Amino acid sequence: MEPSDTERDYDVIVVGGGHAGVEAAAASARAGCHTALVTHKVSTIGTMSCNPAIGGLGKGHLVREIDALDGLMGRVTDQAGIQYRLLNRSKGPAVRGPRTQADRMLYRTAMQRAVADQDGLRVVEAGVEDLIVQDDRCIGVVLAGGRRLHAAAVVLTTGTFLRGVIHRGTERTPAGRAGEAPADALGRRLEAMTLPMGRLKTGTPPRLDGRTIDWDALRMQAADDDPVPFSFLTERIAVPQIACGITHTNARTHDVIATNLDRSATYGGMVKGIGPRYCPSIEDKVVRFADRTAHQVFLEPEGLDDHTVYPNGISTSLPAEVQDAYVRTIVGLEDVRIDAYGYAIEYDYVDPRALRRSYEVRALLGLYLAGQINGTTGYEEAAAQGLMAGLNAARSALGKMPVIIERHQGYIGVMTDDLVTRGVTEPYRMFTSRAEYRLSLRADNADLRMTPVGLEAGCVGEDRADVFHVKQRAVQDARRWVRTTNLTPQEADAHGIAVNQDGRRRTVLDLLALPGIDMERLADIWEEAAAMPRAVREQLEADALYAGYLDRQAQEIADAKAGESMPIPHDFDYANLPGLSGELATKLSAIRPETLGQAGRIEGMTPSALGVLLLSVKRREAAAA
Amino acid sequence: MLPARDTIFARSSGAGRAGVAVFRISGPRAGEVLDAFCGGRGQARRARLARVTLPDGSLLDHGLALWFPGPASFTGEDVAELHLHGSPAVERAFTDAMLDFGLAPATAGAFTMRAFAAGKLDLAQAEGLGDLLTAETEAQRRQALGQLGGAISARAEDWRAAILSALAALEAAVDFPDEDDVPDGVASQALAPLRALHADMRAAIAGADGAARIREGATIVITGPPNAGKSSLLNRLAGSERAIVSDEAGTTRDVLEVRMSLGGQLVTLIDTAGLREESEAGAIERDGIARARRAAETADLCLEVRDGREVDRTAEAGGSAIWIANKADLTDEPVPDGWLAVSAVTGWGVDALLDRMTARIVMSGEGVLTRGRHVALVRRAAGQVETVMASAMPPEIAAEALRIALRDLEELTGRIAPDDVLGEVFAGFCIGK
Repeated sequence: MEPSDTERDYDVIVVGGGHAGVEAAAASARAGCHTALVTHKVSTIGTMSCNPAIGGLGKGHLVREIDALDGLMGRVTDQAGIQYRLLNRSKGPAVRGPRTQADRMLYRTAMQRAVADQDGLRVVEAGVEDLIVQDDRCIGVVLAGGRRLHAAAVVLTTGTFLRGVIHRGTERTPAGRAGEAPADALGRRLEAMTLPMGRLKTGTPPRLDGRTIDWDALRMQAADDDPVPFSFLTERIAVPQIACGITHTNARTHDVIATNLDRSATYGGMVKGIGPRYCPSIEDKVVRFADRTAHQVFLEPEGLDDHTVYPNGISTSLPAEVQDAYVRTIVGLEDVRIDAYGYAIEYDYVDPRALRRSYEVRALLGLYLAGQINGTTGYEEAAAQGLMAGLNAARSALGKMPVIIERHQGYIGVMTDDLVTRGVTEPYRMFTSRAEYRLSLRADNADLRMTPVGLEAGCVGEDRADVFHVKQRAVQDARRWVRTTNLTPQEADAHGIAVNQDGRRRTVLDLLALPGIDMERLADIWEEAAAMPRAVREQLEADALYAGYLDRQAQEIADAKAGESMPIPHDFDYANLPGLSGELATKLSAIRPETLGQAGRIEGMTPSALGVLLLSVKRREAAAA
Repeated sequence: MLPARDTIFARSSGAGRAGVAVFRISGPRAGEVLDAFCGGRGQARRARLARVTLPDGSLLDHGLALWFPGPASFTGEDVAELHLHGSPAVERAFTDAMLDFGLAPATAGAFTMRAFAAGKLDLAQAEGLGDLLTAETEAQRRQALGQLGGAISARAEDWRAAILSALAALEAAVDFPDEDDVPDGVASQALAPLRALHADMRAAIAGADGAARIREGATIVITGPPNAGKSSLLNRLAGSERAIVSDEAGTTRDVLEVRMSLGGQLVTLIDTAGLREESEAGAIERDGIARARRAAETADLCLEVRDGREVDRTAEAGGSAIWIANKADLTDEPVPDGWLAVSAVTGWGVDALLDRMTARIVMSGEGVLTRGRHVALVRRAAGQVETVMASAMPPEIAAEALRIALRDLEELTGRIAPDDVLGEVFAGFCIGK
């Protein structure tokens, strides 16, 4: 006999201490749930297993949204970032992405501290063997050794641990990350649930000993002079900044790789999983871009006190001796020593179309999945899912409705909807081009978009709420000011701003829309402009630059919302829908879209089929009333 | 509980008495109908002679039966077709039998709507089908057939592909700024092909006037002072063997206008005779006058008619009108340059007038965009492409503009379409399609 709710050990149990796990556990605890974080090894919490960097295009947006929901990743990164660069600085604000390299050790330390400091969160060091299922609900986990922990909800964030196999040449090592045991027992459990599964692969490059690199031969890329922090709570970056080296592969490199191609695990046919197209291995690059004579390689130091260097751009599954050979053909790396060889890793993932938008498994309520197990790649994608899964597990434990972020609200919403609606065909990575409302979903306004959602959901603390409300008010005031403050064409001319002398007064917002005019330029005219904090200025400049397009998007969002928000009952019968092909009916029955908007994005859905669906849902509602 | 998907039926050939009437049945129970009434389904897509018997064993009729199992059918569903004798009594008996069997009578456009839902044709093709079913002239037939065959769809798909490739280049520049696999110049290279795309869209828009004229017909108005002989001229033109007057209800009965085919081109000829007498006209006539006046304002061609005896020898034939000196039978005076001497009463000079009208109205070749809906969407899309070409905007704004253009083009083929557009397109069909 399993214990009842009152006897549960925790409200929420999170399995896994990676980027998804820590956010899930912290979000659950912030939402007021007594939470356990169960991990193999406490000392590996917050480890960056792949490249030592956070952020980028789309990814940086996700980190800002995580931060706006009071998550950990932004704050922790700001204590570990050693090469801040705002990508796309020359382009518009919607596509500027904050990125930094991170010191592995600083990051891990800061993350472990953040986890330890979180009230209501307890770390349990143990392997998880199995899930406890009762009455078709997941109500806990069985630890290695047989101890049982009960909870209202369980979040699994087991990354690539599911049937993970490492490939290097013809070597095959069952493993999670290098040196850690894979979670095969749990994998069998998931398999027994007959969840739809798939197989993916990803790879890493060899790690280099920085002391053996000829840095003088390389072009160096410095950090930004004014590092832009990830967290809305960070005022300035105190971590010392370093530079990265840039080098290139050459014809000799490509020769070595081409000659040994059949010894590569991925090209020798040993690996069946599908890898990411946008992050190809060096073997892929040589084969697919045979006309290219060079590929760029970033040499990224892994830490301030760490001589390990991560050569970004040459991930590989070639045998160790071939890695030695090709790496040493590269300028600056002629005498380099490899500390750890690169490898490809193959692993199982759960088709995320088996999930609700709350990240709860449809076939086993009480169980939530987040991170790489859902077919995504990247720390940021994992962390964002972890936060949402943890938050929703907590809300379910508290008897509350799940929090769903919509596509028009944030990148988190885009990712969630992409995953549960379309599934994945390769490891899913965020890009700005995935967001149809990109101009409104900016890194600079993530707090204005997400913090109110977090406040409503109960996962945002007081400190952040205070900071947020100050900014929110300041932006509102400034928006009013730029619309009501104006000058005549003569006055503009007197200040050296060229406008048509048509007698029409120009508002500050009008002036900001002129090329080359920003708030800094207007600071000569108005004291208010001079006194405006950067965070506020950014909002107004974006308003002006994207004027028209933002209005149009707002209209589209309003239109989409009408259909978007229309719920489809969980038990809706698609088989009897007129005008629907059998194939589409099968697809809809499998995916079970929660709203009409989600149904509309299913591949193969026709507008008229959608019309029929709308009609039928309405008819059913009317009949039920 | 929802009812199961309906099986629908309708007479697909025209109403009334005929040698043969074609009945079409579409839906999951189409096969059952053949089993129950025709003694089986027979070989797919092969006509066979069948005795159509009612459940009580009595004979309804005999005729041809065809079986088109889905999805290889017009609607994508199971479809059965029966060719029976085309009498009202047979139709009545068959209709009663189908209703008793639990089938639903098809509403207008229902078969085409199902074909559209099943992806058998897109929205533009459905419009083409609708046009083909109502085509009166040779040019209309050719144009509608082209559209049904995917003329618009193919063009829209080409444009869409061109925009998508430019968009992909822009997105690469945005999302991969740090990689030399995506050099800085890629965004500007992406824009070069947009120039050709834009020119092609403008050309299609320019050709749309001709296409719309073929579809909707050209309007020619006859104007001139009282007693210039406008009504006689209208009657003479309408009565000419070269102008095939449409006998469609509601047009020829209207005293003010006549529909006719001129060189394969549908033409509506409007006599503005009544315009001056509006104050004396009855309510119904006033409606007609108002309509004629509106038509005159947007006419494609104007026939200026004068009494030939009153035409000054130095009178000019200005503007784009055809200037006619009527009543040529009553005068020997030569007409001024550019004028045409005609006698509406004897028919003298009418052939020359018809030649000139034909030359002015009939466009060579059919355009691609046939409706205002098409032109509006392509014009909007072209406008977005133009802004992208015209200014050095940040790539994310250029991408946004191209996405808007894509959405417009997708609306053209119904890939995305507001419900009211769909409703309008399918409402235009007769019952059996």
